[in-house]
Amino acid sequence: MIAFSELHKAFEANRVLEGFTLEVRDGETMVIIGYSGTGKSVALKHVVGLLEPDAGHVEVDGQIVSELRRPQLTALRATIGYVFQFAALFDSLTVFENVALGLRRLQDLDEDEIAQRVREALRLVDLPRAEPHMPSELSGGMRKRVGLARAIALRPKYILYDEPTTGLDPVTSAVIDQLMVRTREALGVTSIVITHDMRSAYTVGDRIAMLYQGRVQQVGTVEEIKATEDPVVRQFIEGRPDGRAVVRASIGDAGRAAALEGGET
Amino acid sequence: MLAAVGSRAVGLVEGFGDVGYFLADTVRALPDVRTWGTRTLQQMRRLGVDSLPIALFIAAFTGITLALLANNVFTATVPVYLVGTLVGKTIMMELGPVLTGLALAGRVGANIAAELGTMKVTEQVDALETLAYNPYSYLVIPRVLAGFVMFPVVVVFAMAMGVFTGWVAATTLLPITNAQFVRGLQLFFLPFDVQYGLIKSASFGLVITFIGCFLGMGTRGGAEGVGAATTRTVVYSAEMILVLDAFWAVVLLRHP
Repeated sequence: MIAFSELHKAFEANRVLEGFTLEVRDGETMVIIGYSGTGKSVALKHVVGLLEPDAGHVEVDGQIVSELRRPQLTALRATIGYVFQFAALFDSLTVFENVALGLRRLQDLDEDEIAQRVREALRLVDLPRAEPHMPSELSGGMRKRVGLARAIALRPKYILYDEPTTGLDPVTSAVIDQLMVRTREALGVTSIVITHDMRSAYTVGDRIAMLYQGRVQQVGTVEEIKATEDPVVRQFIEGRPDGRAVVRASIGDAGRAAALEGGET
Repeated sequence: MLAAVGSRAVGLVEGFGDVGYFLADTVRALPDVRTWGTRTLQQMRRLGVDSLPIALFIAAFTGITLALLANNVFTATVPVYLVGTLVGKTIMMELGPVLTGLALAGRVGANIAAELGTMKVTEQVDALETLAYNPYSYLVIPRVLAGFVMFPVVVVFAMAMGVFTGWVAATTLLPITNAQFVRGLQLFFLPFDVQYGLIKSASFGLVITFIGCFLGMGTRGGAEGVGAATTRTVVYSAEMILVLDAFWAVVLLRHP
């Protein structure tokens, strides 16, 4: 189980998370939606200890992430696959080496076993012949699939997806959604998916949480969210420019952030 | 005015603090030999072998120029064989290490800052962490160690090239015989001359790669941030080479 408890995080004067609290149950796919710059990725990075909270904590399997020493953190990271927004593939390594990198570090496997696990992961994301290619030779959608293969090659207990369909065409987005569903069925993983794409959220999510002004505005099943009467959540899921939500378009720091207030619906 | 000075002072102290933290994190990663061991060999090839052409190119022309300059400066009262002395001493003790260092500050330092800066802004450094690699042992230590070990190797070749082209220039373009040049070269030669050049080179290698790693790993923003880190690396490295050059002169050349 992953639990965010009263998480606070600020970057200089820009307060991003202000008491973010959310529980992700074992085996479920939790989708976190919210406006750009509201701290969804920031929350996700706390789960693997890439960021330290100013206050509050994230708990994974009963361990408070920010209190772990490096060996314990390494052991925890071995159970979590992280799919980055722009894949974050290593430019200087082939697809094979990208997928194999975590296996070499985290698991005691010989070269044959590593090769087998890499092929298995690439097959699962429908890229069986991509092994010898460099990341620069791949399309955006293929890069994201390799990023997913790198995460699932570790056979993790949890997978964190940071905007997996952003920047992709609708068909490729649907393919990525299918892969996330297939991965969950094949590996039985618990997932957190950050997205703005409501079609994707409805396809892959068991529950959906909306992050708004540093806190969870509403959390519920897909059906509950679709039927919500919360004006802020309604405005977001319908994608209407006018509404009650105060949209902070983050442009680097709070001092320059534009506050655009919508009218009453 | 006072506020501006105060703000700059705070910024300077914070900067030194950041360097201290970075250094401490790098030292803490040293026991992780399994990660940095093999990668250091790769970096030694990249930083060392690939830097040889530019180092040899610079040394070749420096040797020619020095021989001609020495001949021009030395008048009839100075024996011509001292051309060999000047070429040898200057190449080995000063121009070999310093000019190679300045060239490699551009080639190696900028390359490291740009590469690590790009990795930082494209979340590749974060990805390394999520795969349980310590970025200091995977990225920083191999580069800094490779710089420390390979800069002196590159400079040895540069020294040899500089002396060789100085000899060729002296014996073909000037009225100096082979025996005169070699006599001058040997006359005041001390093994310390080479040691001095190599100690300086090792320190340049250490500092250039460390600055490149520090500024690269601290990159923020996108392409603009990478560009800024690269430029600052070249400028700071060049400044540090000159500071270290003077430092080693004061420490090692101040005879009692």
